[in-house]
Amino acid sequence: MINELMSILSHEPLAEDTYRLVLHGKMVHEIKEPGQFVHIRMDGFYLRRPVSISDYDPLNETITLIYKVMGDGTEALTKQNHSLEVLGPLGQGFPIDQIHANHALLIGGGVGVPPLYSLAKQLRRKGVSVTSILGFRSKEEAFLLEDFEALGDVHITTENGTLGRCGRVTDVLSEMAGNCDMYFTCGPTAMLKAVANDLPDTPGFLSMEERMGCGIGACFACVVPSKDEKGYKRICCDGPVFRAEEVVL
Amino acid sequence: MNLSIKLPGLSIKNPIMPASGCFAFGKEFSQCYDLSELGAVIMKAATKEKRFGNGTPRVAETASGMLNAIGLQNPGVESIIRDEIPFLKEKGVPIMANVAGRTVEEYVCVTERISPYVDAIELNISCPNVKEGGVQFGTHPQLAGEVIEQVVQVSHVPVYVKLSPNVTDIVEMAIAASQAGASGLSMINTLTGMKIDPKTRTPVIANGTGGLSGAAIKPISIRMIHQVYQAVDLPIIGMGGIESAEDVLEYLLAGASAVAIGSANFKNPFICKEVIDHLPKTLERYGFSSVEQAIGGVHHEKAGSHLLRS
Ligand SMILES: Cc1cc2nc3c(=O)[nH]c(=O)nc-3n(C[C@H](O)[C@H](O)[C@H](O)COP(=O)(O)OP(=O)(O)OC[C@H]3O[C@@H](n4cnc5c(N)ncnc54)[C@H](O)[C@@H]3O)c2cc1C
Ligand SMILES: Cc1cc2nc3c(=O)[nH]c(=O)nc-3n(C[C@H](O)[C@H](O)[C@H](O)COP(=O)(O)O)c2cc1C
Ligand code: FES
Repeated sequence: MINELMSILSHEPLAEDTYRLVLHGKMVHEIKEPGQFVHIRMDGFYLRRPVSISDYDPLNETITLIYKVMGDGTEALTKQNHSLEVLGPLGQGFPIDQIHANHALLIGGGVGVPPLYSLAKQLRRKGVSVTSILGFRSKEEAFLLEDFEALGDVHITTENGTLGRCGRVTDVLSEMAGNCDMYFTCGPTAMLKAVANDLPDTPGFLSMEERMGCGIGACFACVVPSKDEKGYKRICCDGPVFRAEEVVL
Repeated sequence: MNLSIKLPGLSIKNPIMPASGCFAFGKEFSQCYDLSELGAVIMKAATKEKRFGNGTPRVAETASGMLNAIGLQNPGVESIIRDEIPFLKEKGVPIMANVAGRTVEEYVCVTERISPYVDAIELNISCPNVKEGGVQFGTHPQLAGEVIEQVVQVSHVPVYVKLSPNVTDIVEMAIAASQAGASGLSMINTLTGMKIDPKTRTPVIANGTGGLSGAAIKPISIRMIHQVYQAVDLPIIGMGGIESAEDVLEYLLAGASAVAIGSANFKNPFICKEVIDHLPKTLERYGFSSVEQAIGGVHHEKAGSHLLRS
C-alpha cells in the first residue's frame, strides 16, 4: 500500500455519466490480484472515494479506473486532468492463483462491471472459459461490451430494454448457470444476494461495497456480518472480494 | 527541539498520538510507518464482551468533517489483552486503553482487567453512538463522578477522563472528573449530529445520529480546552480536527499538554508521522524551544504583548 501522486494519462467519457481514467505510477507493481481497489483523495472532500481497479499494466505502469458520477465527489473527479492523490492498492481481490475452474460465469451490475474486466482477462490467460452477464440501466449507460465480447460469450440486460434483454442480470442467470463451475459477481448488495441465492451449489466470489472511512481496516465503518467465529468482516481489508459462503448478505 | 513531555503514566517523546477508534490497535498503520515514532497509541474502545456495533452505513461525509456511528465495535477486553496489546508492546510505544461500558460494573471490570497491561486509561464516558452507557455518564456530573471514582480505585495506572462536548457546561464536567480522582482529561469526543439524504428522505447513517469529527469541530474543542485549562489543574490531551503541526500548536496554546489525531488518519494514513516531523520547525517558527514552553501559552500572554509579536 502506498500513497502516490499519480499522473493522469487519459480521462474520457465511456458511457452516459461514466468515465475511464488511466493513471500512471509505481503503485501498479504492488497490485496482487484483480478486484483490489484504490482510495482517491480530492481537495474539498473530507473522505476519500473508493474505486475498483478495472485493469492494470505493470509494463507501462498504468492503472485503469472506470467510474460513474453518483454525487459531488465523482462529479469533482471528472474535472481532474493532471494528477491525482491515490492510496492503494487496497483490499483482497479475486484469488486468481488459487482458482481452479473450467468455465467461469461473471455477473456484473452497473459500476460492478469494471473490476470483473481484469479478472476476465486473467481467467482467460489461465485457460478458463468466461461467460459474462452484464446488467445496466439503459443502452446509454452500458460500457466495456466489446472488451468482454473479446474474452467470451456476453449477455446484456438493461432495465429499460434499450439493449439486450429487458430486465435484470438475475433474469438470465438460470439459463447461463448450467455449464459454469464457478461464478464471480460485483454490483449492488441486493444483486449479490439474488445471485448467491440463485446459485447455491456453485462456488462463487462476491465483490462488495460499503461506505468507508479509512479504507485500510482501522475504523470499522465497512463491516459485513460473517459466518466465522469472529462474526464480521471488514470490506476494505478482508474484502472487498469474499467467498459467497463467508458473508451474510 | 525538545518535544518530550511527562504526563501521569506517560513519559512520551513527543505529544502526538492517534485518537481512539481511528487507529484500531495499530496493525494497519504499522504498514505506513514505525509506530515507535508516536508519542503514544490510544487504542480502540474496549468493552467487557465483544461488540458488533451498529448497522451500516456507519459513516457519512460532512463539510470539513465526518459523522460516524460505529457503536464501539471491538473484540472484547480479553481478546484485546491477548491478541492486540502484545503487538503494540513489541513496538515499544506507550499505550493508552480506551475503556467503555454500559454500566458502572462494566467500566470497573474492564479497567481492572486491562490496566495492568497499559500505561494509562482513557475513560470513555462520551461515546454518543450507543444506547446505554457512554454519553449518559458523560453528560451528568454526578453520574460521571460515580463511575470515575470507582474506576480510579481499581485502576493500576492513571485515569484520563474523555469528556463529551455534548453538554452546556464543560467546566462543570471537568471539575466533576477532577474531584472524582481523574489524573487527566481527554477533550473532546465527537458532537452528536445528523445528515439526511434527500433522495431517500432518511438519515444517511443507519443509527440515525452520528458523532461529528474533523476540522469542523476544532474551534469548539479549542474553546472548551481554553475554558477547562483555567478551571481545573489537570493535564489535557486535546483532540478534534487536528491535521497539521500548526493545529497542534494551537491546542498547546489553548492548554493541552499533548494531542490526539483522529479522523485525519483516514484522509492521510501518514498524518501522525508527518505532523511529528513538522512540529519542531513549527514551534521554532513561532518562537518556542520546546513543547512544554507552549502549553497554555495563550493564558500566560500579558495584555498587549501580542502587539510586539505580530
Ligand atoms: C470497494 C469499492 C469499489 C468501488 N468501485 C467503483 C468503481 O469501480 N466504479 C464506480 O463508479 N464506483 C465504485 N464504487 C462506488 C463509489 O465509491 C461511489 O460511487 C462514490 O464513492 C460516490 O461518491 P460521490 O461523492 O460521487 O457520491 P456521494 O453520494 O456524494 O458520496 C458521499 C459519501 O458516500 C460514499 N458513497 C456513496 N456511494 C457509495 C458506494 N456505493 N460505495 C461506497 N461509498 C459510497 C462516498 O465515498 C462519500 O464518502 C466502489 C465502492 C467500493 C466500496
Ligand atoms: C470512526 C471513529 C471512531 C471513534 N471511536 C472512538 C472510540 O472507540 N472511543 C473514543 O473514546 N472515541 C472514539 N472516537 C472519537 C475520537 O477519538 C476523537 O475524540 C474525535 O474523533 C475527535 O477527533 P478528530 O476530529 O481528530 O477525529 C471515534 C471517532 C471516529 C471518527
Ligand atoms: S473503511 Fe475503515 S475499516 Fe473499512
